[in-house]
Amino acid sequence: MSSSSAFNDEKGGSSSVGEPEYGHDPASGGIFSSDYKRHDDLKEMLDSNKDSLKLEAMKRIVAMVARGKNASDLFPAVVKNVACKNIEVKKLVYVYLVRYAEEQQDLALLSISTFQRGLKDPNQLIRASALRVLSSIRVTIIVPIMMLAIKEAASDMSPYVRKTAAHAIPKLYSLDPEQKDQLIEVIEKLLADKTTLVAGSVVMAFEEVCPERIELIHKNYRKLCNLLIDVEEWGQVVIINMLTRYARTQFLNPNINESLLEEGGEKEFYASDDDEDDEEKKAEAAALAKRKPYVMDPDHRLLLRNTKPLLQSRNAAVVMAVAQLYFHLAPKAEVGVIAKALVRLLRSHSEVQYVVLQNVATMTIKRRGMFEPHLKSFYIRSTDPTQIKILKLEVLTNLASETNISTILREFQTYIKSMDKDFVAATIEAIGRCATNIGEVRDTCLNGLVQLLSNRDELVVAESVVVIKKLLQMQPEQHSEIIKHMAKLIDNIQVPMARASILWLIGEYCEHVPKIAPDVLRKMAKTFTNEEDIVKLQILNLAAKLYLTNSKQTKLLTQYVLNLAKYDQNYDIRDRARFIRQLIVPTDKSGALSKYAKKLFLALKPAPVLESPFKDRDHFQLGSLSHLLNTKAGGYQELPEWPDSAPDPSVRNVEVPEWSKCTSRKERKEKKVEKPFYSDSEGESGPTESADSESDSGSRSESDSEQTGSGSESEESVEESQSEEEEDEEEEKMKKKKKVDKSQPKKSESAESDQSSGEEQKKERKGVKQRRSGSESESEEESESESSESESGSEEDSESDTDTRKKKKTPASKPTAKDTKKESKKETKEISLLDLDDFAPTSSPQVTPVNNFLSSSLASDLEGLSLTDTVLAPTTIAPSASVRMYELLHRITGEGLGVEYCFNRQAFSPDPHMVAVQIHFTNNTSCETKNLHIEEPKLQSGMRIKEFPEIDMLPAGESVSVVMGIDFCDSTQAANFQLCTHTRKFFVSIQPPVGELMTPIFLTENEFKKEQGQLMGMNEISDKLTLGEKCQNDHSIIERVNATANLGRVPCGSDKDCSLPVPPPSSPPVSRFAGKTVSSGSLVLVTVARKEGGGAQLTVNCEKMVIGTMLMKDILHALMQ
Amino acid sequence: MIHSLFLINNAGDIFLEKHWKSVISRSVCDYFFEAQEKAMEPDNVPPVIRTPHHYLINIYRDKIFFVSVIQTEVPPLFVIEFLHRVAEMFQDYFGDCSEVAIKDNVVIVYELLEEMLDNGFPLATESNILKELIKPPTILRSMVNSITGSSNVGETLPTGQLSTVPWRRAGVKYTNNEAYFDVVEEIDAILDKSGTTVFAEIQGVIDACVKLSGMPDLTLSFMNPRLLDDVSFHPCVRFKRWESERVLSFIPPDGNFRLMSYHVNAQNLVAIPVYVRQNISFFESGSSGRLDITLGPKQTMGKTVECVVVTVHMPKVVLNANLTATQGNYTYDPVTKILVWDIGKLNQQKLPNLKGSLSLQSGAPKPEENPSLNIDLKIQQLAISGLKVNRLDMYGEKYKPFKGVKYVTKAGKFQTGKVVPKQSSRLLFDKTK
Repeated sequence: MSSSSAFNDEKGGSSSVGEPEYGHDPASGGIFSSDYKRHDDLKEMLDSNKDSLKLEAMKRIVAMVARGKNASDLFPAVVKNVACKNIEVKKLVYVYLVRYAEEQQDLALLSISTFQRGLKDPNQLIRASALRVLSSIRVTIIVPIMMLAIKEAASDMSPYVRKTAAHAIPKLYSLDPEQKDQLIEVIEKLLADKTTLVAGSVVMAFEEVCPERIELIHKNYRKLCNLLIDVEEWGQVVIINMLTRYARTQFLNPNINESLLEEGGEKEFYASDDDEDDEEKKAEAAALAKRKPYVMDPDHRLLLRNTKPLLQSRNAAVVMAVAQLYFHLAPKAEVGVIAKALVRLLRSHSEVQYVVLQNVATMTIKRRGMFEPHLKSFYIRSTDPTQIKILKLEVLTNLASETNISTILREFQTYIKSMDKDFVAATIEAIGRCATNIGEVRDTCLNGLVQLLSNRDELVVAESVVVIKKLLQMQPEQHSEIIKHMAKLIDNIQVPMARASILWLIGEYCEHVPKIAPDVLRKMAKTFTNEEDIVKLQILNLAAKLYLTNSKQTKLLTQYVLNLAKYDQNYDIRDRARFIRQLIVPTDKSGALSKYAKKLFLALKPAPVLESPFKDRDHFQLGSLSHLLNTKAGGYQELPEWPDSAPDPSVRNVEVPEWSKCTSRKERKEKKVEKPFYSDSEGESGPTESADSESDSGSRSESDSEQTGSGSESEESVEESQSEEEEDEEEEKMKKKKKVDKSQPKKSESAESDQSSGEEQKKERKGVKQRRSGSESESEEESESESSESESGSEEDSESDTDTRKKKKTPASKPTAKDTKKESKKETKEISLLDLDDFAPTSSPQVTPVNNFLSSSLASDLEGLSLTDTVLAPTTIAPSASVRMYELLHRITGEGLGVEYCFNRQAFSPDPHMVAVQIHFTNNTSCETKNLHIEEPKLQSGMRIKEFPEIDMLPAGESVSVVMGIDFCDSTQAANFQLCTHTRKFFVSIQPPVGELMTPIFLTENEFKKEQGQLMGMNEISDKLTLGEKCQNDHSIIERVNATANLGRVPCGSDKDCSLPVPPPSSPPVSRFAGKTVSSGSLVLVTVARKEGGGAQLTVNCEKMVIGTMLMKDILHALMQ
Repeated sequence: MIHSLFLINNAGDIFLEKHWKSVISRSVCDYFFEAQEKAMEPDNVPPVIRTPHHYLINIYRDKIFFVSVIQTEVPPLFVIEFLHRVAEMFQDYFGDCSEVAIKDNVVIVYELLEEMLDNGFPLATESNILKELIKPPTILRSMVNSITGSSNVGETLPTGQLSTVPWRRAGVKYTNNEAYFDVVEEIDAILDKSGTTVFAEIQGVIDACVKLSGMPDLTLSFMNPRLLDDVSFHPCVRFKRWESERVLSFIPPDGNFRLMSYHVNAQNLVAIPVYVRQNISFFESGSSGRLDITLGPKQTMGKTVECVVVTVHMPKVVLNANLTATQGNYTYDPVTKILVWDIGKLNQQKLPNLKGSLSLQSGAPKPEENPSLNIDLKIQQLAISGLKVNRLDMYGEKYKPFKGVKYVTKAGKFQTGKVVPKQSSRLLFDKTK
């Protein structure tokens, strides 16, 4: 900072402008006239005992300061009053101190002790203001004191004081940059602060002190995203801008595939040689990207979602910040939302319009489609200031396309008649640009411009000439008429640029106007001496070109012109004349060059490209000062390029307890009592979301559901069901890994509505009545109506279920459609579902593999026999009651054909590496369906499908089951294929939960321990958990584990009675399960060790760590219910 | 961020300066004056000016230039928005934001600026908070203060500063609890010479004056919220509820504030309340012209159109106007070349007409552009878009407030007489030559 220079300036300024001016300055009026005599009266007043006198004096002094008068000689008198009791006097003294302390450092030190005392004051306002002033007086000596004060204030109880501390950080930094490291520590600490009050200020400090330390943001990223909506407007701007940069370093380009395509197209034109390496890299990345479809990081999504409501802010800066964030970070399809908000800003103050239009102009170059619907909003009014008009013109030009060009041109026509000549000139240029960009209208525009040549206003004519010249260069042959016309104009037009343009044109295309050109040269030769320099140069040019093409007629003229130029005052012209003479007039001295004169002068010149001045401005962060000026402003942080591969997303994970039990939550509760704010529900749905998508674990999701249950209720279902549906496709994979049981085809809606219904239940239980939003309740109604059905069913079931369990192994009631639907929907509330399924008979490991299902061959045998649902169900599917049915094709989308599938846990006999999938077709139409078969499987590399034999005919109203095999290669990637009937094809996909990718094996306890011993280290994953209420005994544990994964129970010494429905309480608390993956045969070992008090230790050993991790999650989830 | 602020009047006097960081000499404003000179009109001064060491970001408001000096990268809108907020605050405190008002209250201005920015970063910009910190001047208070010696400055931290509703001060008490809402709509339209709408849209705002005790939680609902195409809200409005239910739910600030601004889609046909028949022609010879303007009500939904004012920006060559108006009176300013015809109430039976001749500068070529008319009007008790407030509910407090809604329609940028070439006519850009 140039504090010292400014100080000097001030001194200099004050000495010259100083006191004497008071007398002359009539505006200063009454108050100031009395200040004239060296302020003696003021000093007196300040020394008096009366506060009112002091106040009066201070007011007058501050008024002087405000007018920029020098009041520094009062410093000693003022500083004495720093400890004054009257708060207004004190404030004014502070104002004075901050203004002059820098000039009078020694005296300023006198006040320090007062501030130090103030820092300890019980009143937070006084603490804060003491810190504010202390940090504002720029006296280097007190740097250590400031440092100490800031550190202390950073852990003050009052968030207001902490905010002040955040503000003080950049002040200290600008005073003494060497304190940076210590200050960063304070920033780090304050970044972790959870109040909205501090957030904006500390990010501001971060941006000023250490914008490069992006890693400090990781841990606070999600918090900032979630707090954002509650932060005050100014803080929002700073945070959004910072997060834009952050996101650019941490996430992948959502438009990666598309942008590569674009680049591929442009490369030929713009690529320079030296970035070929880069291109290769990019090409590689492209290849990578093609192999791996883009999946948006949930944190990336979180940012986009939480900023979107701010587009409705009243603050233009906030709207612009969100708009630039979307422009730089959002997938192309979503950027459109910002257009409306930006157009809204165009109705604001003209300064706001100016800035917004600049940014819109840049945006329209990259994304024209976004603003096309708002074309009319950019129409120009005669009352707009010129600078706004010109910017709007720029936008209109960028928006011009084949479809709207006629409208735009008609609009332009009205502009040409405007009285504002600068604007007319700009319009003509804009027409020229439209003409070059859109071939169809080129002739029309040209004709129009030619007509403008007869305009009365010379400026208009001149500008038209310049633009016509550029247009003609594109296809001169067809336009000799126009050139002739322009040649005639040379008599009248006086604007040098236009004259020069005409001359250049005639020279360049002299063969098209062979008769006229020499005549023009003749006229010019006459007026040569009176022309402007650029015109003279063009006359020389014309002469040279004519000499080369038509020397017979023009030789003498050329000589004459060259002679005139030789003695011109301007040395450029003399130079040019000499140069041209050497080139074109062959003498014995002139060397080899004259042979090439024709080539030099009459070479084909490329047509100029008329480009928008806003092209490529978007490498500056939009909305920034640098973008506006198109140069880097001091302190501008470059917007980084997207990384080729995403950095580790887990850095943003935060400790759960810290988050859920933090003060902010308390505050939220308070808030809720006070007012159920949209923002806080948003704030809370946020964390749920994010936690949701974090890679671990059960305990978290529990705390989540608590949070949502208590706070945001089904807020989530509103936002998420919208946004998540969009994002689902992208995120699907990501999420599948995390939430395997979520990963059914129907997942998005089911999971969502399910959650909300779950919450609904919770809420009812709690009896909390909270206001709900409309669409929320809509969605709830829906889900309620849906789930209430299924729930009523399921409740009955659960009752009957306990019955059946007692009554032993009667096959459980056949899974009705409702039931299965419910099952597929359930994920958080699995518990009740699992209870539904009578698991007792299958709970013993020995039984599981053997008696669960009929073999596939038998199932297919039965196909022919089983004609109706009722017949089929008890025979083939009944034993598989524990198996979940997933929907493959809903009967609505399938036009009457409903298809469900389940993993029947049978070995698939044709290929042992495949997982058997039982598919159940139901024909709900009134006519028969023929030729059911599979076509065009689209599989990830390595995956294979063994299709089921084609079903020739499925009569109306009937069902049939078949078995197919899929080798999933031990991954939870979906197998996509088409299901074809004789009339239609349906795209479907089957996605296995991780637990279905394995098959049980039999191991003894010793074998198990041996194998486990070999799968230690990285291959072992272990976690503690709290068992769910209904999961306190071994029986239910086994049940749950078996339901989650197809594993075999390892019998252990004293555990012989494990197949009993209720194991004796003395049974050892360790249960072991073993299996191997179907495809590669890797061992999967699971150990559940129960502990006192409902806790347990879960260990998974597996060679394939991914499988292990996912399995771990699923089992944890199941057990905690 | 914002380093310094200079307030400059139209005459080029710097009448107030405030520095938040080290002092910057006022000579930096020379760059501004230079740009101002180049721009000719205040409207055309570029909002951002680059100087060798600083950047000047300025706004022009109420005949005052607010020139802020910044040194490093900052979003320009951030500064512009803030400066406008400062101007609004002055307006709020002193009734108007004129040079006189600022000079008269220079100490309060200084205290305000001190509170609004800390180290150049906005600190408190909510008027409710500031008013607790610094009391607005009233004659009574200044008298009381001068006698008792009590001060204008609050001693405690405003509660709003710490609460989750920073826009509302705590402990508000009124004997008359009232909440009034003004639905003000402006028609922006461009009509061509024949009266056909080229472009029309409706901008609306809902301004509120809420004087309610305690912490009321209000819900305002509309009969036809789907009309609203694009909205922006005061931070107090819960966006989620708007999204889902299309109602405005909020805890209001105390006093006057703008609750929301909205935009009614241009695709819905905008009713144009008046029609204009205009004929302004200039003769090639004799350096004169004729002017004939008639106005009449069109779609007014049975309401009276009031405060009709027609403004015409004449071409430079028009020296004077000699006209007769059947209603209202007209003025022509030969310096600014602006003709203003103040009609007042529009009469259904007798349509107002302005007729007469224009004298042009002799020898000058006749102007090629026919001037367009800007029309200003007002219709009470009507929101032209048809927007209707359904009901206002209050939660959280026991008393029964007085409630009121007022509708006003005004002309925004309402311009007629634009010459728009028809597609069929053979004008400038026709291919047929």
